[in-house]
Amino acid sequence: MVALPYLWLLLFFVVPFVIVLKISFSDSDLAIPPYKPLLEWVGKNSLAIKVNFNNYAFLFTDPLYLHAFANSLKVAFLSTLMCLIIGYPMAYGIARARPSLRNVLLLLVILPFWTSLLLRVYAWIGLLKANGVINNVLMSLGIIHEPLTMLYTPFAMYVGIVYSYLPFLILPLYANLEKMDWQLLEAAEDLGCRPWQAFYKITLPLSRNGILAGSMLVFIPAVGEFVIPALLGGPNALMIGRLLWDEFFSNRAWPVASAVAILLLILLVPFMMWYQSVQARETAGAR
Amino acid sequence: MTTSTPVTASTGGVVKAQPWNDPAARPYVEVERISKSFGDFTAVNDVSLKIYQKEIFCLLGASGCGKTTLLRMLGGFETPTSGKILIDGEDMTGIPPYERPVNMMFQSYALFPHMNVEQNVAFGLKQDRLPKHEIQERVATMLDLVKMSDFAKRKPHQLSGGQRQRVALARSLVKRPKLLLLDEPLGALDKKLREHTQFELISLQDKLGVTFIVVTHDQEEAMTLASRIGVMNHGEIVQAGTPSEIYEFPSSKFVADFVGSVNIFEGKLIEDEPNYVRIASPELGGTIYVSHGISAPPEAVVWAAVRPEKIFMSTVAPQGSTDNLVRGVVQDIAYLGDLSIYLVKLPTGKVVRVTQPNTSRHAEAIAWDQQVYLSWDATSPVVVTR
Repeated sequence: MVALPYLWLLLFFVVPFVIVLKISFSDSDLAIPPYKPLLEWVGKNSLAIKVNFNNYAFLFTDPLYLHAFANSLKVAFLSTLMCLIIGYPMAYGIARARPSLRNVLLLLVILPFWTSLLLRVYAWIGLLKANGVINNVLMSLGIIHEPLTMLYTPFAMYVGIVYSYLPFLILPLYANLEKMDWQLLEAAEDLGCRPWQAFYKITLPLSRNGILAGSMLVFIPAVGEFVIPALLGGPNALMIGRLLWDEFFSNRAWPVASAVAILLLILLVPFMMWYQSVQARETAGAR
Repeated sequence: MTTSTPVTASTGGVVKAQPWNDPAARPYVEVERISKSFGDFTAVNDVSLKIYQKEIFCLLGASGCGKTTLLRMLGGFETPTSGKILIDGEDMTGIPPYERPVNMMFQSYALFPHMNVEQNVAFGLKQDRLPKHEIQERVATMLDLVKMSDFAKRKPHQLSGGQRQRVALARSLVKRPKLLLLDEPLGALDKKLREHTQFELISLQDKLGVTFIVVTHDQEEAMTLASRIGVMNHGEIVQAGTPSEIYEFPSSKFVADFVGSVNIFEGKLIEDEPNYVRIASPELGGTIYVSHGISAPPEAVVWAAVRPEKIFMSTVAPQGSTDNLVRGVVQDIAYLGDLSIYLVKLPTGKVVRVTQPNTSRHAEAIAWDQQVYLSWDATSPVVVTR
């Protein structure tokens, strides 16, 4: 009974991971599936293990992949920053609101999740396109005379990512801020702090764990984000998720695609470990 | 009882002046007709107070009487709905807390959890942009004063309740405020620590010469700490005076009952003379003779308050007048070590509370269901008209 969660993890996480890892070390092959097996019988009694590192070597030497990894990190970082700038005041506002209002505000933050992500991204297409809602409104008000190019630009991609990931930042940050003792701010004011100084010296340091937790929840998935850049970003939004898709489906190069996936995972491991340590510190501090 | 010249009273050997009895003395804090309402609810109703420098003034009252709201208005955390607050002659009514020469010690201490003891205490001084060496010096001196020097690098969650209280005190005093507000400073401490800290607080206040305004619901705390007490009920100050004035000369049934225990006998004035009154009390089942005059209309309904320690209890009937004398049966005894509380039931049904110190180990103990005679001196009762 105790082993059940581990069994679950084994079945749905470890096994697929090992399969992908195995494929990443294989040779490409014109076959179904399009890769050669790792283990081969040579003769009657010997088993040869063929581990091919070419796929990884290829990724490190081809500038396209390096550029894609770097760009993904950059996009994820900037998106996280924007989520913080927009999301912190929202989380703060909810935490300071009176309890009856707080529930309503939280519901409003979670409400978009009741509709599918894909539909919401398509809604943004409708808003941002050349003859979409925003351009039509601005044109009819006379503010612009030619439609703004918003769709299929990095701008649209950022809008999409920030919009979709904002709740992931607000909720852990709110959970942290909600536990704060607001009388500390009164104590700070009593000792000579103006309200904004009290925020900077007291609230901000104390909400550090919430900021980190929320940021990680945005950053880590955003690096591998595929759908939003594909639908909104246009051809120049080069994200690693997109490359992976192309390698897998367009080029049928499963080993290379698998290598991309493994590298992406390795890239994100330090951030995931950081998130874990922040969470551990938060629960330790709460005791 | 009040005279026009300041009367010096002795408190444990130290002679203290009473500026509130001196019409020429200028009050340090003046609360002028302060009111505060939250919507329909009036928390503080038309309160006026004069508090003098170097006093320890206690606002005493039950939960919800408005004392904390009044304190918060003094600190600048609430704006009064009407009225004025003057500190050292300056109108501070609308001024925010960071611009007042006032500091507050919060009930929950409100120590900054992400800073250690030293940083907590230095916080206010850093805000004032004092030079670094001066900050270090003042913090060290203050920590020494509250005996927390060894804990300078510890964080609040590594301290006990009493230690946190001392850090909070150090933090609020390090800026040398002229006025310190304390919200239930000893509430979270256990009894022994509370007693010890009470005297520490008084000596600290005396040494630093700071004016204290303390809010508490614990009358023992108020009686120990205060130079004067303001008893509050429903947002109003019902009586302000020294602890002995409040205790010995309460101005109303409420004050008599709130501070300490008391026996209150309802009765009618049957004799009203300038130097004595006689009250007939059916509740008591006898007459009460009080050896001072009171002002009340003839045949008025009044209440005589007699403190439990002022009642003599004996198994034999005392000789003398029939005033201030009644018979009863001991219903309950509570032995508290230093004294015993007796609940004596009178023939009228009223239960009278009597306390007696256990002065002698071998004296004849009064037992349950024993018939006793209760009597008191003519100077003991206090007559209140409301």
